[in-house]
Amino acid sequence: MELGRFLVSPAPHIRSGESTQRIMLDVIIALLPAMIAGVWFFGINAILVTAVAVVAAVASEAVMQKYVLKRPVTVSDLSAAVTGILIAFNVPATLPLWMVALGSIFAIVIVKQCFGGLGNNFINPALAARAFLLTSFAGDMTNWVAPGADAVAAATPLGLVKGAEAATQALPSLMDLFIGNVPGCIGETSAALLLLGGLYLVYRGVISIRIPASFIATVAVLTFLMGGFDASLAAYHVFAGGLFLGAIFMATDYSSSPMTPMGQIIMGIGCGLITVVIRFFGALPEGVSYSILLMNVATPLIDKFTIPKKFGGVKKSA
Amino acid sequence: MNIRTLTFKGGTHPPHSKKATEKLAVQAAAAPKVVVIPMQQHLGAPCEPIVKAGDEVKLGQKIGEAKGFVSAPIHSSVSGKVMAVEPRLYPGGTAVICVVIESDMQDTLFEGVKSYGSLDNLTPDEIKNIVKESGIVGMGGAAFPTHVKLSPPPGKHLDAVILNGAECEPYLTSDHRLMLEQAEKVVFGLQALMKAAGVKKGYIGIENNKPDAIEALYKASQGIEGIEVVALHTKYPQGAEKQLIYACTKKEVPSGGLPADVGVIVNNVGTAAVIADAIREGMPLVERIVTITGAAVKEPKNLLVRIGTSFKEVVEQCGGLVENPGKIIAGGPMMGIAQFTLDVPVIKGTSGILILSEKEARLPEPSNCIRCGKCVDVCPISLMPINISAFSLQDKFEQAEACHAMDCIECGSCSFVCPAKRPLVDSIKVAKREIMARRKKAQSSQAKG
Repeated sequence: MELGRFLVSPAPHIRSGESTQRIMLDVIIALLPAMIAGVWFFGINAILVTAVAVVAAVASEAVMQKYVLKRPVTVSDLSAAVTGILIAFNVPATLPLWMVALGSIFAIVIVKQCFGGLGNNFINPALAARAFLLTSFAGDMTNWVAPGADAVAAATPLGLVKGAEAATQALPSLMDLFIGNVPGCIGETSAALLLLGGLYLVYRGVISIRIPASFIATVAVLTFLMGGFDASLAAYHVFAGGLFLGAIFMATDYSSSPMTPMGQIIMGIGCGLITVVIRFFGALPEGVSYSILLMNVATPLIDKFTIPKKFGGVKKSA
Repeated sequence: MNIRTLTFKGGTHPPHSKKATEKLAVQAAAAPKVVVIPMQQHLGAPCEPIVKAGDEVKLGQKIGEAKGFVSAPIHSSVSGKVMAVEPRLYPGGTAVICVVIESDMQDTLFEGVKSYGSLDNLTPDEIKNIVKESGIVGMGGAAFPTHVKLSPPPGKHLDAVILNGAECEPYLTSDHRLMLEQAEKVVFGLQALMKAAGVKKGYIGIENNKPDAIEALYKASQGIEGIEVVALHTKYPQGAEKQLIYACTKKEVPSGGLPADVGVIVNNVGTAAVIADAIREGMPLVERIVTITGAAVKEPKNLLVRIGTSFKEVVEQCGGLVENPGKIIAGGPMMGIAQFTLDVPVIKGTSGILILSEKEARLPEPSNCIRCGKCVDVCPISLMPINISAFSLQDKFEQAEACHAMDCIECGSCSFVCPAKRPLVDSIKVAKREIMARRKKAQSSQAKG
């Protein structure tokens, strides 16, 4: 029996079928229902914005890696595509396309690649891009339109609750909020379809339920208490705005959220707390994205203080 | 059958890959013409050869004397003539002193091989002595001398013996077949261990992907007081000592401690069976069941192989290879040791010879850690493999130690599950070695000062 060349390496000698690419593909699959809803409610513009955001994100990552960092190009891991979709989900469908592209480039080049690429960004790139766009182009970023073909200018439900906008518009029904038939960013309006995507991610083991559940529960409980024990107001706060998008898809970003089970619950509660504080006391109608960005910054600290108790940490008998 | 199903926290689910051999009865391998018997087959001090080239030896005759307490003597697995006593490669990866014996194919039994009679006539110390003199070590793979486990440090009180029939390593079926075909022997061995350890309680833990083995041992232990067969969730590393103890007794072995710290000793079901042979037939440990499997093996089998038979000969008895091997592994795919040749002998701890195809053996390229935390979820010790690995890669071994690197049991679950394909356990092993070296250095400099 003559043997040719073969491999000698340390154990384990088999690996699971999981891969970064498969995880990112699962996230894209989970985002699809809400994306279709976005197109249904906001029309062809939603498709254009999403396409531009994805192309700009992927292209800027490829250019950055190949020509600036001179490293292997890793766009096939699909993480840049996910960032692109999430940026599109976080802007109104009316946003000029060059601003969309600028947001993607900012997310990938500054927030992701300048800090070491995938896994090393300390805040969520898509949310950082949203904050960047909101600060730079406040008017365009809040140019909401009602769903439908006419694209009538309208206020978001949270804007109405806050009373900041024209009060001539009636508050949409809870059902419209749940299915997403309200003004807002492309991907944030349909709580039902975002939830569907979230359930898929939990089923696939991509995310744990800890962050989304504790985030949404905190918002529900706090708005119920602070709104004077008004269950319908609490339900309104839960389904309106970007809470489901933020809790399921943004706060669970691996690189910028804690890895420990306890840390993930703290992350969710912290996000919920800051969201409610901004919505009730802040100048802005919506606080989900800033709450996540703030908790992103706290993540290394949370991870450090929530290291799980190791097995065998019991006292040794004498 | 009233059987509890138990488990531990964490763990992962590699594919079982046991179909090829789980239904195949154990066959005796052809007697080898030449055996190469290493003097180091166990954890602890190597043996000193007590035969020299030219000596005639008989089957079951002691050829290596244990040096030190943590050691186990070694016996000839054939009768014949010693050809050489020299360093040869063994599955541990290095060359060790081996006794090379040419068999006369007579299998003339050594005069000392005699039955010790029934368990009732033996005292605990006599049983311990039989276990020690028969060269019995843990048959699960680590090969820790069994008599040492039976003699816990003073002050430690034992109250249970656990037999490990989890066989959580994918591919391997040697323990499964043993439990099915020799259930009565396993139970006898457990009774001997319980008597030697002076305990009233015995557990036999078996993963629930082997319901037939659970049933066989349940039947074989009916009417024997104190023995409980427990089903274990099929999850890797269910057969790791501390995880098995936790599953059966809900007790955590303290960090850096021994099972005896929680009043338990754990032995493999294979160990129990060889103890039964040693007591009833007087036969020392000279052969073991080996699963020969993997996509590159033509006819996977469970074979009863003499210690010292070369891997090559064993594989040839399985029809040889269907393709060039991708990897040759002594043991299972999660913790087994990759070999660089088939010219190594089967030793006491060789539970399997796994030969992967080139496709299966291909190693994926590692990419950036995405901080998904899956390694944290699966770690059976609740460590954070990602942190230890990161510190190890930066040569920050103090920090790695502060992250409890030394508690890692090297099960490989973290490397297995990592979607970025990072070799986490490799870097943790490096950290452990480095920390050990530094501790030794500190100790010796203290001794000098």
